[in-house]
Amino acid sequence: MKNFAIGAMIAGTTMLSPLVASAQTEVQFWHAFSGRLAELVDAQVADYNASQGEYKVIATSKGNYSETLNAGIAAFRAGEHPQLLMVFEVGTATMMGAKGATKPVFEVMANAGADFDQDAYIGSVKGYFTDTDGQMLSFPFNSSTPVLWVNRDALTAAGIDPDVDLSTWNKVGPVLDQLKTAGSTCPLTTAWQSWIHLENLSAYHNVPFASKDNGFAGVDTELAFNSPLQVAHIQAMGEWAKDGKFFYAGRRNEGGANFRAGECALFTESSAGYAGIKAEAKFGFDVRPLPYWEGVADAPLNTIIGGASLWVMAGHEDAEYKGVAGFLNYLASTPVQAQWHQDTGYLPITTAAGDATRAAGFYDANPGTDIAVIQMTKNTPTANSKGIRLGNFDQIRTIIDEELEAVWAGDKDAQAALDSAVSRGDELLRRFEAASR
Amino acid sequence: MEKRVTFKGWKLPFLLILPQVIVSAVFFFYPAGQAIYQSLFIPDPFGLSSRFVGLGNFEYLFSNRYYLASFTTTAVFSVLVTLCSMIPALFLAVMADRLVKGAGTYRTLLIWPYAIAPAIAGVLWLFMFNTRIGIVSWYLGKLGYDWNHVLNGAEAMGLVVVASSWGRISYNFLFFFAALQAVPKSVIEAAAIDGARFWRRFFTIVLPLISPTLFFLLVVNVVYAFFETFGVIHTITSGGPQQSTTILVYKVFSDGFVGQDLGSSAAQSVVLLVVVGLLSVAQFKFIEKRVHY
Repeated sequence: MKNFAIGAMIAGTTMLSPLVASAQTEVQFWHAFSGRLAELVDAQVADYNASQGEYKVIATSKGNYSETLNAGIAAFRAGEHPQLLMVFEVGTATMMGAKGATKPVFEVMANAGADFDQDAYIGSVKGYFTDTDGQMLSFPFNSSTPVLWVNRDALTAAGIDPDVDLSTWNKVGPVLDQLKTAGSTCPLTTAWQSWIHLENLSAYHNVPFASKDNGFAGVDTELAFNSPLQVAHIQAMGEWAKDGKFFYAGRRNEGGANFRAGECALFTESSAGYAGIKAEAKFGFDVRPLPYWEGVADAPLNTIIGGASLWVMAGHEDAEYKGVAGFLNYLASTPVQAQWHQDTGYLPITTAAGDATRAAGFYDANPGTDIAVIQMTKNTPTANSKGIRLGNFDQIRTIIDEELEAVWAGDKDAQAALDSAVSRGDELLRRFEAASR
Repeated sequence: MEKRVTFKGWKLPFLLILPQVIVSAVFFFYPAGQAIYQSLFIPDPFGLSSRFVGLGNFEYLFSNRYYLASFTTTAVFSVLVTLCSMIPALFLAVMADRLVKGAGTYRTLLIWPYAIAPAIAGVLWLFMFNTRIGIVSWYLGKLGYDWNHVLNGAEAMGLVVVASSWGRISYNFLFFFAALQAVPKSVIEAAAIDGARFWRRFFTIVLPLISPTLFFLLVVNVVYAFFETFGVIHTITSGGPQQSTTILVYKVFSDGFVGQDLGSSAAQSVVLLVVVGLLSVAQFKFIEKRVHY
């Protein structure tokens, strides 16, 4: 049955490929965007195609992140894969393990003779996608980092100064109490719980999420997110959930709807939530850095990214790789990158694009939009805060989701849930290790 | 004495069954064989390399507490979906069968939900029961019941069962309705003259007479609950919370297509193949004896 499904998927993919009919060298680019973001990508592609006549990039949306990765994998097995494939950060280890299926970006750039200065890219952004020698394997495309979104009107309504200090969780606690007492049904909610409340929590406080430098140093890594710091945080969140101070809406960004509707006062979500919140919120909002716990030596260090990067797939013509190199350089160019950062709330991938945005006065006109950039770049990343690179990570996140849900529901305490998540996740890591041997 | 129709020679009969044999071979035997073969390996997702592990994938599965729990979940889910889709369908069919006027309209309306794709049905139900904006959960809140299928496993199970059964009621209704129409009126009238009331006639005459249909639908619905409900589960709960709605086939999908663990996924397909095979044998062996053709 599974094979049948793969066959069907391949057939579908093949049928969707646009017909090749022009003298231009075509570059297929599969992405995972829809709606506003897809429009912005289409505009970038159209602009690049108009800027030169040799190459034609064809962008196709393949569904959500998981579906896009699957489409790419199925197409590779059928020999119908695109030159460029968008893969979310969770799929990074999978792509790195597939040595014969991908072509490292630094190699593509060098072979094409393209101008490519890896130092121009922001360290904490590219670091997620580099090999142990610091060479870029994939091209960071849309990266964001979690921040705290605040509904100022909700704070005022509860009799709290909207400029109240929310820099640490220790200070957030009493504010949640006040909100609850004032009758708020949703003092705090979150999106992407594993990413924000475990992965980023660990990096931010300089504690390991997994051994072997969070998996960067080898596939024989083991999960380590059941240490006292993480347990204390999840325990605190669990107690807030029990008292109705933390409202759990779902595994992805379901909580966003509640926040944008004005129901929730505080919301931990990606900085890329900006576009949606700005468009829909009918209340005063602002952005704060992600809170940390007081008394932890290295906190706040830096947060890590989420989002996706572009992988160049193997098995294509040299001329096509030249087109890929040209397109990637176009995306990294300062005006294009600065515009992308300002339109979407995603982080700029080059230092120059960030500087250009500041020089244009965007941060002054839209206060808080630079918080994510500052939070990412103010400290030098350590082995614990460079990123996370684990095989089967998508499934491990699902396991974490399940165990955290058990805490929010009051079925398990934080220690038991995280211990269980670690041991279940380790089994998947061992399977990945076996598969990539 | 059994009556047999026989052909002379073997060429014509062979030719006649050939299309079915080809279809079965291409779409059933070949993939099933591939699944069995792949279940012995741990491949990498891109098909670049593959490591033979023998029965390692099965060992891994059966040492996993959550995989074992998934059997119970599947059993509960299948029984509930089968009951929830067959009993209301039978009831509606009996009622529609009694109608003199407007039977056609009722029939059309009752068949409608079957035209809706499972994933869309899932989204519809999800929308009604959304913990914050769902109309049903809002009314439940008014009654003092705090609906939250995102965290409550029993509620999540209830929701996927209802969403999976809903469209299926139409399908079952069609078959029941046709079966009821075929029950000879003379038998029922004779019973009525003897003084049997409606429900007595139903249980002692109609039900045994439609038992072949009942049995057919039982088999078909169990297979449906096992294989075709994953669209609904995917859209409503993604198997959560805490795997309380992860049925076997959903796990095949999520491990294979989300997790890229094709070896484990293939092994699970094989296990599923065996389970459904055993189930069908059991159904034919034990239940079919009570069916009167």
